[in-house]
Amino acid sequence: MQNSLCILVVEADADKARQIIDALCEAGMTDVHALAHPGGLERAIKQISPDIVLIDLANPDRDTLEHLSLVSDPKARAVAMFVDQTDDELTRAALNAGVSAYVVDGLKMNRIKPVLETAIARFQLMRQMQSELDAAKRALHDRKTIDRAKGILMRQRGCSEEEAYGLLRKTAMDQGRKVIDVAQALVTAADLLS
Amino acid sequence: MTGQVLNIGYVPLVDCAPLVIARELGFAAEEGLSLSLMPQPSWSALRDMLVLGHLDAAQMLSPMPVAMSMGLGGLSAQVDALMVLAVNGTVFGVSRALAARMRDRGAVFGDVSAVASALAPEARVRIGVPFPYSMHRLLLDYFLERAPALQGAAIEVVTVPPRRMADAMERGELDALWVGEPWGSDAVLRGVAELWLPGQAIWAFSPEKVLAMRHDRIQAAPGTTRALMRAVYHACRWLDAPRNKPLAIEILARSEHLDLSDQTIDPAITGRLTPAQGASPVEVPQFQLFHRHTANFPWRSQANWIAERLGADAEARALARASFRSDLYREVLGPLGADLPGASEKIEGAMRHATAVASTKGHMILGPDAFFDGETFDPTPES
Repeated sequence: MQNSLCILVVEADADKARQIIDALCEAGMTDVHALAHPGGLERAIKQISPDIVLIDLANPDRDTLEHLSLVSDPKARAVAMFVDQTDDELTRAALNAGVSAYVVDGLKMNRIKPVLETAIARFQLMRQMQSELDAAKRALHDRKTIDRAKGILMRQRGCSEEEAYGLLRKTAMDQGRKVIDVAQALVTAADLLS
Repeated sequence: MTGQVLNIGYVPLVDCAPLVIARELGFAAEEGLSLSLMPQPSWSALRDMLVLGHLDAAQMLSPMPVAMSMGLGGLSAQVDALMVLAVNGTVFGVSRALAARMRDRGAVFGDVSAVASALAPEARVRIGVPFPYSMHRLLLDYFLERAPALQGAAIEVVTVPPRRMADAMERGELDALWVGEPWGSDAVLRGVAELWLPGQAIWAFSPEKVLAMRHDRIQAAPGTTRALMRAVYHACRWLDAPRNKPLAIEILARSEHLDLSDQTIDPAITGRLTPAQGASPVEVPQFQLFHRHTANFPWRSQANWIAERLGADAEARALARASFRSDLYREVLGPLGADLPGASEKIEGAMRHATAVASTKGHMILGPDAFFDGETFDPTPES
């Protein structure tokens, strides 16, 4: 696919930035730049002169891009958040995937669409991987907390590991809470008392 | 926790307090609501999430619903301001190097004309504001436009997220900042900035944040909307009682809310600002109001002033005025005993001192609401 668009990806995480750039290059876009440092946004837009700026919805620097959309300098190119009334679904899909796109100087819809679709797919993939990673980390952390709570019970009540877990579980069920919450409360209380 | 779950968006600042208190102290639960408070990374993200319906309601910069009614900036939808969450509460500060030069030129904390004169000789001043459609930006523009000393001054306004302002100043990317608390006091405590003006030095009574909801959602869920307004109103009233301030600071400082030291949050809540590291605190009257002086009433003249400053024509100003729902405020909060003014518009800037005016309960104390240059804004629609 022939595509001479210049794309600027604003992303502080080098690994994520590379993933997005790789995806765009695979889709045939060659002129892709990354910007990690938030302070240089305005300068980068002037120097690189991108057609499209892609930025994570969760990136606080988005507000700086909103500001650039109001630049009144006639020499400066206008930046506008990509909102397409004829294809509302695309805007919605992009925001749901966590990517916000800013378009410079009113590009034609058919040229933006492939870029945005590629970015949406990659952001969705990254988000999914991130949430799996988070879930794994959380599970590990929960495990450690429950182990500590069991240890406290075993020492204080002189019971076995199995009995300690049974006690945590029963307390959680009686109170309508999760085992991890009961364990966390016990660990916190023990820390306070020690 | 039971009750209808509402997703509420906010940006972590001291003036998100009404939402935090409504949840933490059970005002929401009493109304059968369970508030799920969702911090947002930026004002544009908050706006998009509200427009897309991922958020049921949100804390918003007061100019945002007005800008949206004018179709300005990004994603748009009809969004209404149900009530004002906080009046005032922003600060203007500068880097320590610039502060030293300004002090030599006679700048005094809180003195607008002395600060303007001390700022004017600078070759270039880059001032950070948090969002293009913010009261910070409007107050700054008003200051730059109306202070005689600043005519032709080399000022550049840039947008920097509040949490990053002190960092940007440390890196030399900003010379000055106009930011909501606690980020001004945070910059002072970090030894990065010194404060010269509280926001109300420019306009003594400016609506800073509003409780915003999509217009169609208000129509579709009238009961929920009303319950939310009542819960937040009770929280606002609680916040402005002097005896509650220490607890308010303690709750806001918690890790799940602002996650900052009590010391950083204290100035905004108590109104005692420390302008520079090592300086003694200055008592700033009505630094931030959550309830007193009818702070929660969404005056249509406030929306009108914002719209005019954003360059609205008569038609757009009518839409802006309608987005501040003083009608709904009267209907929902009147029965709760909220004091209601006789009119929904006032001449903005007319009160140099607190003034008693007619209200449903006989009289209420308003203002002061003066602009620093003594101008007034008469909302009477021409035509």
